[in-house]
Amino acid sequence: MSEPQEEFAIRVRDLVVGFGRQTVLDHLSLDVRRGEILGLVGASGGGKSVLMRTIIGLIPRQCGSIEVVGRSIGGRTEGAATRWGILFQQGALFSSLTVRQNIQFPLRENLVLSQELMDEIAIAKLEMVGLQAQDADKYPAELSGGMTKRVALARALALDPPILFLDEPTSGLDPIAAGDFDTLIGTLQKTLGLTVFMVTHDLASLTTVCDRVAALADGKIVAIGPMHELLQSEHPWVRAYFHGKRSQMLQHQMR
Amino acid sequence: MNLEPLLLATPSGDALKLRPEGPWTAANVATLETLSRSVGAEVDQSRAVTLDMSGISALDTLGAWVLEKLSRRAASAGRPAEFVGVADHFSGLLDEVRQVNRHTPVAAPALNPVLLRLNNLGKSTVDAREDVAVFLQMLGALSMAVIGVLRRPKSLRLTSLVYQLYRVGWQAIPIVVLITFLIGAIIAQQGFFHFRRFGAESYTVDMVGILVLRELGVLIVAIMVAGRSGSAYTAELGSMKMREEIDALSTMGLDPIHVLILPRVAALVIALPILAFIGSVAALYGGGLVAQFYGGMAPAIYIARLHDAISVTHFEVGILKAPFMALVIGIVACSEGLRVKGSAESLGRQTTTSVVKSIFLVIVLDGLFAIFFASIGM
Repeated sequence: MSEPQEEFAIRVRDLVVGFGRQTVLDHLSLDVRRGEILGLVGASGGGKSVLMRTIIGLIPRQCGSIEVVGRSIGGRTEGAATRWGILFQQGALFSSLTVRQNIQFPLRENLVLSQELMDEIAIAKLEMVGLQAQDADKYPAELSGGMTKRVALARALALDPPILFLDEPTSGLDPIAAGDFDTLIGTLQKTLGLTVFMVTHDLASLTTVCDRVAALADGKIVAIGPMHELLQSEHPWVRAYFHGKRSQMLQHQMR
Repeated sequence: MNLEPLLLATPSGDALKLRPEGPWTAANVATLETLSRSVGAEVDQSRAVTLDMSGISALDTLGAWVLEKLSRRAASAGRPAEFVGVADHFSGLLDEVRQVNRHTPVAAPALNPVLLRLNNLGKSTVDAREDVAVFLQMLGALSMAVIGVLRRPKSLRLTSLVYQLYRVGWQAIPIVVLITFLIGAIIAQQGFFHFRRFGAESYTVDMVGILVLRELGVLIVAIMVAGRSGSAYTAELGSMKMREEIDALSTMGLDPIHVLILPRVAALVIALPILAFIGSVAALYGGGLVAQFYGGMAPAIYIARLHDAISVTHFEVGILKAPFMALVIGIVACSEGLRVKGSAESLGRQTTTSVVKSIFLVIVLDGLFAIFFASIGM
């Protein structure tokens, strides 16, 4: 590449975010390396989604700095679609547009290209996420949960952004579909060289696809590292999370 | 380094060597399209095509697809096309792109436009029949619910009914009063203006009184209620349907008709006559003010003339229509709400349908009542 590669795709320093009197993120720092899949775990309502939404600029921060691919984030996020793709928890597909139009939307808004090429790219993306060309003319209301997530992923990837944010990508999917989705994310990450920031509760996803896992507790990142390191962590919340009854059972069965 | 993508074409004998250079990414899509179009003819003429990928500095799905399309263009005519010098980190992407767009979906055959029209006509006929069925179904379900309540009066959702009455009745009073007041004033002004030419100004009062009490008071109020409360009912029930709240109710053994729809429709049936009465009085008051300040008629004379011109019959004719109109508005609004499907667009469409349909039905009903009352001599 022409410009020197930064080592980190996302750098968060001393981030403070709160609503009213409640502080959700308290001087949080986090680095996401270029080309890795980082899983973020945390208690429900503990600020995982808040962290993600702050990084992508949806929630204002009180202090601290956020750099995404060497550019600091603040104010309106112009040209954001070329920098990152976001998979929202419920898909957030535009319900008045067909699947094809949903995928073409970022292309149409950001680039000047012929309708023919746009159609081909939309179908290409659709097939890359494991759907078929016949699905292109359906409306979001006609899609199943798994298909909605796949279409949302195709839309997030429409412009080949270097960073992909996933908010609970496997929630609401059956284990087979969730496993397929994990594999899909892994494959796409390798082929497209993506950096993936994934908020998830799915222990299976954490073990199989994530290169590193970060644990968020009390508004801070209390542990970060590969899964096996986190399992050794002494932090009480992290221990409770990974060594609770439910987690133990899953890990035993996975062995 | 190179900021613009390039495509160098070097013919060697029958073969063609293409060497793309620079960043082949979505940001440069306009250039990429021009480049690939410019070599199209050469690709068609040559025997074999080689794509030398070693000069590419950046590649994404879009760029890879444009190159893949070139190679397919060559391959489609039976000429071999191959990629050489592919960097390791691009090979995965190229392999992936090679898999896509292989199956062109079969487009649905275009229908004959005449047939299409006929098809649509048939569909809308069936839809209209379905509309009638849905209306009757809702009327039946409501009647059953009413019978249930009559049998066990305690099962009436009184809190809900009172709350709906507050919303569609009490809160609607200011706007209803304002609009009907203005309508009454306008009719009176027109009456004075035009009747003055015949010296029949005093008959303006008869016109205002009869028109307002028999027709306009109740009709205007019904149309406003359809727009104000009918649309709210449809949107509420529609979004409850979307969020599966109605299904949740049914699974708990409760009848949504009984819990949600009966209080709403009953509130409308109670509120609309009251609103129509208040509206009519406001319209008469508006007419009276115009009579005083525009027509120069003293209030006492206005009231005396009104007393002569109108009778309880006129008032009855108007007010008797109100509960039926309320029933129509309520049934249409609630059944359209229950017909909402998953999307936000469907909610909007159903709300529009609800308002348009209930206003239409209210006016049709008013016409039918006019004929009915005329024939029984009221």
